[in-house]
Parts: sequence; structure tokens; C-alpha cells
Amino acid sequence: MSADTADALVAAGTSQDDDRGSVERAARGVLAGIDPATTPTAEFLGACYDAGLAWVHFPVGFGGLGLPAGLQAAADAILAAGGRPDPFLNNPIGVGMAGPTLHGHADEELRAKLLRPLYTGEQMWAQLFSEPGAGSDLAGLSTRAVRDGDGWVVDGQKVWTSLAHLASWALLLARTDPDLPKHRGLTYFIVDMHAPGVEVRPLRQATGQAEFNEVYLTGVRIPDTQRLGDIGQGWNVAMTTLMNERSAIGDSALGRGSGTIADALGLWRDRPDLHSPALRLRLTDLWTQAEAYRLTGERARVARTAGPPGPEASIGKLVGAELNQKIYDFCMDMLGPEGTLYDSYDDPADTLQRRFLRARANTIEGGTSQILRNVLGERVLRLPGDVRVDTGKPWRDIPRG
Amino acid sequence: MSSEFAWSTEQVELRRTVRAFAAAASPQEEVRRLMASPLGHDPAVWSRLGEELGVLGLSADEEYGGAGDGLVSQAVVIEELGRALVCGPLLGSVILGATALGALNDTAARAELLPGLVEGRTSAALAAPLHRGGFDPAAVTVTATAHQHAASAGQTASPDGTTSPDGAATTGYTLRGSVPYVLDGAAADLLLVAATIGGADTDDDDGAVGLFAVNADAAGLIRESAPTMDLTRRQATVSFNDVPARLLAAAPEATAVLATTAETAAVLLAAEQVGAAQYLLDLSVEYARTRLQFGRPIGSFQAVKHLCADMLVLVEQARSVAYHGAWALDEGTDDPRIAASLAQSVCSRAFTQVAAMAVQVHGGIGFTWEHPAHLYLKRAYTDAALFGSAEAHQERLAQLVLDEAGAP
Ligand SMILES: Cc1cc2nc3c(=O)[nH]c(=O)nc-3n(C[C@H](O)[C@H](O)[C@H](O)COP(=O)(O)OP(=O)(O)OC[C@H]3O[C@@H](n4cnc5c(N)ncnc54)[C@H](O)[C@@H]3O)c2cc1C
Repeated sequence: MSADTADALVAAGTSQDDDRGSVERAARGVLAGIDPATTPTAEFLGACYDAGLAWVHFPVGFGGLGLPAGLQAAADAILAAGGRPDPFLNNPIGVGMAGPTLHGHADEELRAKLLRPLYTGEQMWAQLFSEPGAGSDLAGLSTRAVRDGDGWVVDGQKVWTSLAHLASWALLLARTDPDLPKHRGLTYFIVDMHAPGVEVRPLRQATGQAEFNEVYLTGVRIPDTQRLGDIGQGWNVAMTTLMNERSAIGDSALGRGSGTIADALGLWRDRPDLHSPALRLRLTDLWTQAEAYRLTGERARVARTAGPPGPEASIGKLVGAELNQKIYDFCMDMLGPEGTLYDSYDDPADTLQRRFLRARANTIEGGTSQILRNVLGERVLRLPGDVRVDTGKPWRDIPRG
Repeated sequence: MSSEFAWSTEQVELRRTVRAFAAAASPQEEVRRLMASPLGHDPAVWSRLGEELGVLGLSADEEYGGAGDGLVSQAVVIEELGRALVCGPLLGSVILGATALGALNDTAARAELLPGLVEGRTSAALAAPLHRGGFDPAAVTVTATAHQHAASAGQTASPDGTTSPDGAATTGYTLRGSVPYVLDGAAADLLLVAATIGGADTDDDDGAVGLFAVNADAAGLIRESAPTMDLTRRQATVSFNDVPARLLAAAPEATAVLATTAETAAVLLAAEQVGAAQYLLDLSVEYARTRLQFGRPIGSFQAVKHLCADMLVLVEQARSVAYHGAWALDEGTDDPRIAASLAQSVCSRAFTQVAAMAVQVHGGIGFTWEHPAHLYLKRAYTDAALFGSAEAHQERLAQLVLDEAGAP
């Protein structure tokens, strides 16, 4: 890296004080008009959306105020303190990924129709990217979209689709030209999850729960108005989604001692009977790592301007995922024999044991840690790519399995 | 005053200026020449940093020749000096000396001693045990004995060191003892010494620590240069055989001054660690792009690429924590003890790990004397031991975060 990352992170705002003031006023205005404690979630989030505080960098009328994204934290701090339900947890794929993708690539009509119910959680979203034969190598996917009059017909199978069983809408990446090299034959759509031909089958995971699904797409019709970006430009649109996925997953918790480290600190506080000197030092080390992670997230937030998150967002996702696993490893070791119990695989309670198991997926979902290290090496540090055997070949000639 | 991580345009410019100066005045051949020289640095370059660039006293008050800018600006400068391994009494004069003097209540002493350090005309060293991650009064190895001067007959010397209305002249002190690992101690014009106040005239207050000033030419002062692993940084064993000394701060002020100095030093050293680690990352990435094996750049191998990616993560996290420390100490946004120990525990580990990884990425060439990697490797392990190891700081954090506060 020839230029310091510090330089890139430096530029953000000293002249944003006025804008900050108006964001903070708007946030207090929402809280003055409506009480989150007594208002249904969708209604309260709707008020936030209408005040432009959903994504402050989106245009006025579309959930934003046309201000730098770095100011979002100012709104969030006030609204969260006032008791706002977390819109990301309420609709993670919608708010974390679909919102920014629609903002970047959908026409005005679609944005006007979809953004508000997305933010309020009235319409849940899913992401139809991964397939049995295409995970890390997402661009190798097989689901086909074939032109048919004023629309498209889609056939294929998706897998690991989180929340598909609850979703009204999904982001879909499909192949429109198998004769082009893999990245160039993809097109991006949004699909109505209630359309005929969409079949969702739950997929049980190690925790016993079924947060994700297989989704079979059989002759599903999608109007061309639900295409995002040009035909063959699907990969570029998908990059917007993936960068936002990584920064959404990687965004560190706001305050010291919050986030997953709170689980380990809570266990330490509540269970003095389980203390040992070795665990004490191990927890301190984890706390230190959690602080380094949190402060790096703060720094990236300060630096974030109106532009979309870049490859450096992958630092947070990578570190956060590995840290979560270390934190829950610690909890299991501290629990000792108690950790070997698991209340129910049919309907598990949200115990530390369940969180420990769930954390194993953190280094896989949203890009595996190996892929993220490739991204840091190649996109941030500009190291040369790996030797590729599929470059330039038509997608149909690439071996798959 | 600025909010955390919002570096000002002046600070961005400051970084460029210092980087350009270091590249011109202290290229690596020069570092190598100086590290083999008796003094270990070029006083002309040092005084240019002080007087021409004015970057040695950015956090010192303006009335003493400083810029009053605060630690964030000083950290930016130190990061860049660390990046280039610029030789000079940075630890003794700036990180420790100016910090300790700047924290004194004694304005006369500040006015007399600080400007020379800030301008780079004089240099200082601090003989006080900071190697356990904070000032450790129990580890002080020098004793100060008070002597009543005949001139002040009729007045009693105050054993706790508070000066009488007639001024410091009423009580004189002499120091006895020896202090190892005194950074920049051999060439310093001014020695700041932590000593336990005792001696004939005192019957109570034994064990109270005072901070004293000793001149380089004082009688009974013996300084022996210690051979160091990091040749770009000098250390000395300093012995005091009834050396006349001037009391700068009595107890309990001295302990507070030294505790503050330890916290500030932890944060400023962290900035140096960040700058040097960033240089190693840049060097490794450049090498990984250009070195060919098996017909392709080694950086295209994932084993090497992922090492570089991990170095990037370490450097970026170290930068966040180091500058959090600088902002926290400047603006009181965090418990300074926590911010300082976080900075040292994260940055010591980051720099030592990055240094080891950089040697690995370079293969055999990285182990040669000609290659810069070993200079940084030695700096990394030395830095990690100066003001408390990562473990020492984590122990402090354990006390503050787990034992005392429960979960914050
Ligand atoms: C809980 C969970 C939720 C998910 N939710 C969704 C969702 O909602 N929508 C969706 O589309 N997907 C979702 N996914 C899928 C996820 O994105 C993929 O699992 C992930 O990208 C990895 O793909 P894969 O499982 O096919 O593994 P593979 O790609 O087959 O990887 C197997 C192993 O090979 C390694 N590997 C592969 N390629 C390389 C390479 N080039 N260099 C080095 N190592 C490599 C990987 O790191 C991994 O260790 C979810 C996954 C999980 C676990």
C-alpha cells in the first residue's frame, strides 16, 4: 500500500458541524413526536424514515437527508438512546444490504415503492446469491434467467438463503449469458418471494434452528422493471450488496463493553465461582481485542463519507467474526461441564451454548475469512491475484462440482 | 479540539512535512551511519526538527516554546519519525523529558528547562522505573538526602521537599544509587531522576518519592553506555555518588507527574510503533509484488498474501488504539490509565508480530544485515519492553476492567 490508509481515513469532516446539528435536531424531533415504547415498531421506524433518518445519505423523500453517511451515527446515537428498535436486527438483509443496493441501482419508482416498507420491516428481504455449486466462487453460479417478452423466466436452486421463509422480496443474481466469461454473464434482479414457482424449504443448522433455507426457482417470471443495472452488469451490482453486507456484519458495537464481549463480561461478573487466574488474563486479552475492533470501527465510521463502503470494510468483518468465535470459546471454557448441556435442538433457547455454535458460521457467512483475506490482499494491498484457471473462458466450459 | 479520529488538515499536512523531512535528512544510509557513530544521532538534524520544523514540542505549552497543539499532533510526528527510524533523543527529550517537565507545578523550572528540549538544543533523560507499565515507586533505586544550607539558618528544611519562602536554596539534596536502562542517558544534558527522599535531616516521610534534576557535569555522576540490541536507540547505566541535585517536585506531586508521564509515554510510543509497523507492511507488500518464485509473484500465493492481510489488520487496529489514546489524554474522553494500557498492549503486540511477519515474507534476504527488516525487528522488541510489556499492561487492564469495575 503506497498511500497510508490513515490518509484515506483522514479526510472526513471538520466542516460537518452544521449538518450534524440538523441531523440531531431531526432525531430529537422524531422522539418528541412519537414514543417508541408505546408505538408499534413499524410505525416508529416509519416516522424515522419519513424524517430522513433511515440512511441520512439517501435523498430526501427516500429515507434520507442527502448528507454524508458519516452523520448516520449522530442520528443513531440519539434514536437508540431514545429506545428505537434496531432496524438492522428487525430486517437485516433488507436494511443492511437491499436498501443500499436499491439506492445505488434501482429507479425512482422502485425505490419509492420498496424502501419504506423495507426500513419499517413490514416487508422482509432475503438474498438469493449462494448455490450448491457456487459459494465463495459466487460468479460461477448456474441459476438461469432467460428473456421472455417484457420479462424474464428464472430456473435454478439457491441455498443458505437466510430468512427466505419470512421474506416478501429477495435480491437475485442469475446467469443471463452462459457463453460469456463468468463475471460478465450475470444480471441482477429483485424477485417477489410470493411469485408462482418460488419454493422455500427450511434447512436445519447446527444449532437446531432453521434460519436459512433452500430456495427452488422453477419458471419464476420477473418483470424487466425489476432488473437492477444493465443486462450483464449483475456482478457490479452484487459488489454493492456484498460490500454493504460485510460492513453491516462488520460494524462494531457502539459502546465499550457492548456487542458479543458483553456476554463474556457478563459471565465473568455473574459467576465468580468459575473464576481462575488464567481465565482472567484470557478475558482481558479478549476485551483488549474487542476494544481494538470497536475503535477501528469508530475510525472507519468517522471516515465514511457519502460514498459506499470500500474494501477496507472487510477488516471489520474479518476481525469481528474471528473475535466472536474466540469470545464464545472462552465462555464455553469458563462454563466447563455446564457448557456441555444444550436445552433443546427443536427450539433452543438463546443460551451461550447456542451462541457458541452459531458463531462458527461467522467466519463462513458473508464471505469466508479466507476470501476476506484475499480481498484485503488483492483489493486493499493490491497484491497480484491467484493463478486462475477460469479467466476468459466461457462460463459453460468451466469445471464445476 | 476535534472529535476522535477527525484529523485536521493541518495534521495531515504535518505528516507530509515530517515524512518528507525524514526522507531527505535521514535516509536509511544515514540511519546506518549514525547507529555506528559514538553519539548515535546528528545533533544538527535534531535541532532542525526542533527549531526549523518546530515538531519536538507540539504538545508543550506555547509559553515554553511549544505549540500547545496536544498529543494527537505530537503522535503524528512521532509516527513518522518511527517510520523512518530517525535517530535522536526522542524518548529521553520528547516522550519522557518534555512530558515530565510539562507536568510540573514549578513554573520556574519549566521555563528554564523546557525550551531547550523543545528547540532540540538540549537533551534530557529520565531515570525512573517505568518498565512495569506505569510509574512504580517501589522500584526506585536512588535515594535523595536533604542537606540544610548554612545560608538558611533559622529555617527548617522541609523533609517533604516543599520549598520555603526563600526558595529552593534553603534545602539542597544529594543523590545516591544507580539506574540501569536510562534511555538516551549517556549524552543527555539534563537528567531527571526519581529518588526516594530520606537522609539525616528527615525522620518521617521515608519512602516519599521526589523528582530531581541533575546536570550532566555534576560531580559524582557516572554514566556508562550500555550496548543495545537496537543500535538506533541508546541506553546508559547512570550512577549517582552523592551527586548534587535540584528538587523539581516533592511527594506526592512527583508520583503524579511520573504517573502522567508514563501514560503519555505509553501513547506516544504507540504512535512510533504504528509508524514503524506501517513501514514494514509497505515494504513487505512491495516485495511480495515483485519477488518471483515458481514463475509468479510470491504475493499471489495465499500463504504470503494472507500474511500481508494479517499485517494490515494489525497495523490498522494499532493505529486506532494509539490515536484513541492520544485523543483520550488530550480531551479526557477515556480513563487515561485504560487508554494508555490499551495503546501499549495492542501496539506492542502489533509491531512485534508485524516485524516477525515482515522477516518471513522476505525470506533469507530479510535476515541479512543489509536489509532494513532487522533494524525494525530490533526496534519492535525493544519498544515492547520499554514502558511495560503487553502483559504488564494487560494486567493493569485486568485490574481496572475486571477486578475493580466489574464490567464497565
Ligand atoms: C449462517 C449462514 C447464512 C447464510 N446466508 C446466506 C444468504 O442469506 N444468502 C446467500 O446467498 N448466502 C448465504 N450464506 C452462504 C455463504 O455466503 C456461503 O456459505 C459462503 O460464501 C461460502 O460458500 P460455501 O459454503 O459454498 O463454501 P466454499 O466456497 O465451498 O468454501 C469451502 C472452503 O474453501 C475455502 N475456499 C474457497 N475458495 C477459496 C479461495 N479462492 N481461496 C482460499 N480458500 C477458499 C473457503 O474459505 C472454505 O473454507 C450463508 C451461510 C451461512 C453459514
